[in-house]
Amino acid sequence: MTVPPKPTPLLEVEHLTMRFGGLIAVSEVSFTAMDREITAIIGPNGAGKTTVFNCLTGFYTPTVGRLTMHRKPPKTPLYLERLEAYRIAHKARVARTFQNIRLFSGMSVLENMIVAQHNKLMRASGFSLAGLFGLPVYRRAERAAVDLARYWLDRVNLIDVADWQAGNLPYGAQRRLEIARAMCTEPALLCLDEPAAGLNPRESAELSDLLTFIRDEHKIGVLLIEHDMSVVMTISDHVVVLEYGRKISDGTPAEVRVDPAVIRAYLGEEEEETPPEAVQRLAGGA
Amino acid sequence: MTAVAPGVRAHTLDIAAVLKESALAALVALLLAFPLVGLRTVDVLSRLTIEPHFAEVAVAVVLVFLGRLGMALTREGRPLPVLVASLVVAASAWFLPLPTMPLKLIAVAGGAIIALRAALALRSHHSTLSLAERERRMDRVGARFQDASRLIGPIAVIFAVALPFLPFADRAVVDIGILLLTYIMLGWGLNIVVGLAGLLDLGYVAFYAVGAYSYALLAQYFGFSFWLCLPLAGLLASLSGLLLGFPVLRLRGDYFAIVTLGFGEMIRIILINWYDFTGGPNGISGIPRPSFFGIADFVRNPEPGVLSFHELFGVEYSSIQRIIFLYYLILVLALFVNFFTLRIRKLPIGRAWEALREDDVACTALGINRTNIKLAAFSIAAMFGGFAGSFFATRQGFISPESFSFIESAIILAIVVLGGMGSQAGVVVATLLVIGLPEMFRELSQYRMLAFGIGMVLIMLWRPRGLLAHRDPTILLHKRKSAMQQQQESEDRA
Repeated sequence: MTVPPKPTPLLEVEHLTMRFGGLIAVSEVSFTAMDREITAIIGPNGAGKTTVFNCLTGFYTPTVGRLTMHRKPPKTPLYLERLEAYRIAHKARVARTFQNIRLFSGMSVLENMIVAQHNKLMRASGFSLAGLFGLPVYRRAERAAVDLARYWLDRVNLIDVADWQAGNLPYGAQRRLEIARAMCTEPALLCLDEPAAGLNPRESAELSDLLTFIRDEHKIGVLLIEHDMSVVMTISDHVVVLEYGRKISDGTPAEVRVDPAVIRAYLGEEEEETPPEAVQRLAGGA
Repeated sequence: MTAVAPGVRAHTLDIAAVLKESALAALVALLLAFPLVGLRTVDVLSRLTIEPHFAEVAVAVVLVFLGRLGMALTREGRPLPVLVASLVVAASAWFLPLPTMPLKLIAVAGGAIIALRAALALRSHHSTLSLAERERRMDRVGARFQDASRLIGPIAVIFAVALPFLPFADRAVVDIGILLLTYIMLGWGLNIVVGLAGLLDLGYVAFYAVGAYSYALLAQYFGFSFWLCLPLAGLLASLSGLLLGFPVLRLRGDYFAIVTLGFGEMIRIILINWYDFTGGPNGISGIPRPSFFGIADFVRNPEPGVLSFHELFGVEYSSIQRIIFLYYLILVLALFVNFFTLRIRKLPIGRAWEALREDDVACTALGINRTNIKLAAFSIAAMFGGFAGSFFATRQGFISPESFSFIESAIILAIVVLGGMGSQAGVVVATLLVIGLPEMFRELSQYRMLAFGIGMVLIMLWRPRGLLAHRDPTILLHKRKSAMQQQQESEDRA
């Protein structure tokens, strides 16, 4: 293996605070996600992980904080907190998946992948005019879009079911399709909200392979919320731990695993609520 | 499965429960029928008096009791006695002097339906089909129709083109054809907003009105011809769609529906009250008829210097020529809308509409600008509504705000929903049912709304996603499979 170039910062989160009325869901969280690295955000339920995601992808407007998305020079950095949600996906190239899968379930698998390339195709179709008359410029663009879809469907092993209704797929396949669809937007940063939830151990292992493939071959950053420690500890380059909306630890998986603050957060000082297997997995994972 | 085979007679018939169920149904019938049927206000010597009709109430309650009993017994696996009894009831109702005609009709028809059901239960060894089974059967019918529609589609178009020259086509038939095609066009137009983009628009008739009044007013004040006004009316309607769209499209679901409903009413009320400009409730009359593409007029004795249609083609003058011309005009307009929709479904914007209907949050996460997409759907549909409106104005020659009441919006929406959201063939079938059937049975016009209501309830029970709800993907990676094969596969999977 050749020595990879040194990762550069991709997303910088500074002093992110999100307040809902009197409730402070996220408070003064700062971290940096590197390009070509997998950054995991972990923490107990209600720690504010998904809120951080929603702020990043524009579904919430943060109360305080700066979210800087670096782009390849000469493009200037974008400040995500100022952008509308669809622009974050379109301009800043941040793609995301959802904790509860959000596919276009009445449409076919391939159509899901094509819709993800909407902005590209819309331009190629001359905002529908060239498309209405079936000009070659649009047909070429559509063929390219299908090729990209085919590439990713092949990668996530859904090529045989490409013409099925997305809603008819089994659960694990729906999770993979959602990731493939997000990749069709050709993102710079891929945000995954609990991608391993509900997967069996074999599917989790496949997911780990897929994510490392995306990082190594497509050279983009991945930001990941996950409870499954076997996934987090094996593939992450960097782990951020949240508890009650605050960052309590930040470092490599090895560092985080032995951090007393993290152990306290997961085990609790008086030892309650956390099921023993989770503890074992946290301590002995990897 | 809730089906009970007759072989499983082991479970004894709980006669008390069945009687209780029937009595309860009869009680509900009594409570409903007593005020609605039993007491009738009559004008006697300019005084309002109440006339009792208790005999009818009694008969109705007995009929409901018997009907429910029959249904319950069939369900409990005793179809044979029910079959006999229901036939007896139906036959005796035919000869007995029942108080009113509708009661007689209900008794005979109800008896026949229960008899049919019992007979089916006897034959198929199932007293009732489970809901899932019924859904699957209906889906299979839908899929088969979808496959057939590849053939039926062109045949229907050829039939529509040939219709005015078929031997049975007199003026009345062509008139009904025009009416049907107008609603089909409106249905296809609304299908873009409701069926594809999933926005529940309860005020579509507003754009129809804008189109109609655009033509009427432009013709009245500036003397513009129909062929100039047709695009203008579409443009104005589309603009009004944009204007409404900007504030409204931020709203979702029910809120959106309510605001469009309000907009529809606003347009109508403005038309009524702006007396100086629109003629108010009197409407606008003397709207010019369309010419033959600006070349010739459809008149017997044209003014000097103006060509007339029959002179142009050297045929005998007949008043039906204009009707046939109007028929072809609306046919072309409707087919244009259909072609446009079929085409745009396969374009990025069409796919984005459908994606929006499925999940708008996911759309945003994929970088789709929801507002623009919705505005496009809204204004395109409004444009088609405007075209249909100006056609309506030129065909009627007279328009008034009465033609654009909420019930029109409701009927167009009913056509789209009945047909199956997003299904083009479904709109045609639903229009034939909703508009065509009542036209054919004009003598029974008293019961039209009743039948309409019953039909809607039946559809909700049996086919909640619409008659032809099957959806074909807009792009395929593998070889195309027929809808029937797809249906078969999804059943195998389940």
